[in-house]
Amino acid sequence: MTRVFVPADAAALSVGAEDVAEAIAREAAARGVAIDLVRTGSRGMFWLEPLVEVETPAGRVAYGPVSPAEVPALVDGGLFEGKPGPGCLGLTEAIPYLANQERLTFARCGVIDPFSLDEYRAHGGYRGLDRALAMMPGEVVEEVVASGLRGRGGAGFPTGVKWRTVLAQPAGQKYIVANADEGDSGTFADRMLMEGDPFLLIEGMTIAGIAVGATKGYIYIRSEYPHAFRAFTRAIHIARGAGLLGEDVGGGGRAFDIEARLGAGAYICGEETSLLESLEGKRGTVRYRPPLPAVEGLFGQPTVVNNLLSYAAVPTILAEGAAFYANYGMGRSRGTMPLQLAGNIRQGGLVEKAFGITLREAIEGFGAAPPAAAPFAPCRSAGRSVRTCRMRSWTPPSTTRRWLP
Amino acid sequence: MPKRDRWEERNGDSGAAPAPHWDEAPRIRALITAYEGVPGALLPILHAIQDELGYIDRRAIPLVAEGLNISRAEVVGVIGFYTDFREEPPGRHVLKVCRAESCQAMGCEPLAEHLQSRLGVEMGGTTADGEVTLETVYCLGNCALSPAVMLDGRLYGRVTPARAEALLVGARP
Ligand SMILES: Cc1cc2nc3c(=O)[nH]c(=O)nc-3n(C[C@H](O)[C@H](O)[C@H](O)COP(=O)(O)O)c2cc1C
Ligand code: FES
Repeated sequence: MTRVFVPADAAALSVGAEDVAEAIAREAAARGVAIDLVRTGSRGMFWLEPLVEVETPAGRVAYGPVSPAEVPALVDGGLFEGKPGPGCLGLTEAIPYLANQERLTFARCGVIDPFSLDEYRAHGGYRGLDRALAMMPGEVVEEVVASGLRGRGGAGFPTGVKWRTVLAQPAGQKYIVANADEGDSGTFADRMLMEGDPFLLIEGMTIAGIAVGATKGYIYIRSEYPHAFRAFTRAIHIARGAGLLGEDVGGGGRAFDIEARLGAGAYICGEETSLLESLEGKRGTVRYRPPLPAVEGLFGQPTVVNNLLSYAAVPTILAEGAAFYANYGMGRSRGTMPLQLAGNIRQGGLVEKAFGITLREAIEGFGAAPPAAAPFAPCRSAGRSVRTCRMRSWTPPSTTRRWLP
Repeated sequence: MPKRDRWEERNGDSGAAPAPHWDEAPRIRALITAYEGVPGALLPILHAIQDELGYIDRRAIPLVAEGLNISRAEVVGVIGFYTDFREEPPGRHVLKVCRAESCQAMGCEPLAEHLQSRLGVEMGGTTADGEVTLETVYCLGNCALSPAVMLDGRLYGRVTPARAEALLVGARP
């Protein structure tokens, strides 16, 4: 049966992906063609959304942007067979925007049905957890230290070192908290991942729990993302139903469960101590430090607070080994970083690259920013918490910590 | 007057007085009970109440305080802190317009202007017929498809003034 892929990511839906999916189902039914219509996350090439893909022996073939009205003509032109023609973009993986990325965290996003554990596993999912379950907690932590992973939430603190502190606290109730407040405007990587590959986050948080001895995790999702909240909540239920969350995670004898919580429209709650206050049901005011959350965090207990993308990097590190991950990147910045290109740019979207890419490569190479307009255009990297730079002064690479060493 | 008493005066009956009758009270109590034993349940409870009523009716405050065994002032303080929680009912439809950087670069300001003049309300206001509440939001995570708006919890991208109007026409009977 022909497999046809249409994203159900909120951004794709925001430009009509639902209507496109319906039109495709209608055309298939009218022609008596049996198709398997798979709803995925987004590939992150938003200027091509709604993007439709069709499986062929050579790989998936892409069409986009597709409007519902065009669907009958596209089907006439051979969309179900992946035939080239108007609107056809060729093999998805050969589109330079994707082909030039190094996707580790976003490898499955836009590829699989985000709610299918079978597909998640078939694409390498839960190999990291399986390995972690066979290791001593301290070994898991040291693997993350060795990978060089640093926090993706802005401050860039080494993730494994933070976990070490929590592991070193006396046994008792400990917590894993994922920061999905994604408050900086211009960013959407967290949202894409929650909608497009939620099991990756669940796996990453679970590995963190096993590593430090925490049995309970919270993910704090900003309320501007109702779709992501629903998607993630659904994924939690599926994982729980399959025994991948709960009293005996994956049959490995350890307990871990996750609860998704919705923020309530306060930017400051992206700051980790305000976030903890908010999870406790209080106003999101910043706590004095010390104590660190790793020592006295949620409900006064030792707590790992990491950005959601930090957790999402962990399954790859465990599955492939620390050295594999550390091989990407440069200097003290190891691994890959999802960049988000947006604003007045031709090819807005998500670009996952090893650390070391320059702003010029990102904006001109991937974003295809019109060079004529570029020289004096202000460009802002990563959101509110970092500075604005003028394009004229943008090389060598900015020192923005969210991107670069 | 101590601060605490002023809170209570503004936000419901004081201390020991029995809560006045309220038709919604049993529904709200049931919502609160559903969170029994959940640590730090205040935000989820307030969200649940707002999902149910469209806003946080002040008569719900003593019920929440009682259910969680915290002071009314704490509940009021939390409601006031978070911009999501409304103390008044919104219009039948809520249209949020993103006015953060990426959307600014793609013309959200003219869009906001247009909507304000067409609906005859300022940002934050509700039309006289109670149909539409127009609000500002800072980033909907749809920055690569700016300008973005959210209508009744649904996200829309590449929104021109004409498309925004079409959305509103589609939403209104
Ligand atoms: C005002 C403010 C807002 C922040 N917003 C976020 C946010 O939206 N998401 C996030 O992950 N971290 C945010 N942070 C950083 C967090 O406090 C914290 O450093 C981070 O969640 C730690 O995770 P990491 O080590 O994995 O980066 C913010 C910090 C400040 C001071
Ligand atoms: S800046 Fe408007 S959606 Fe992000």
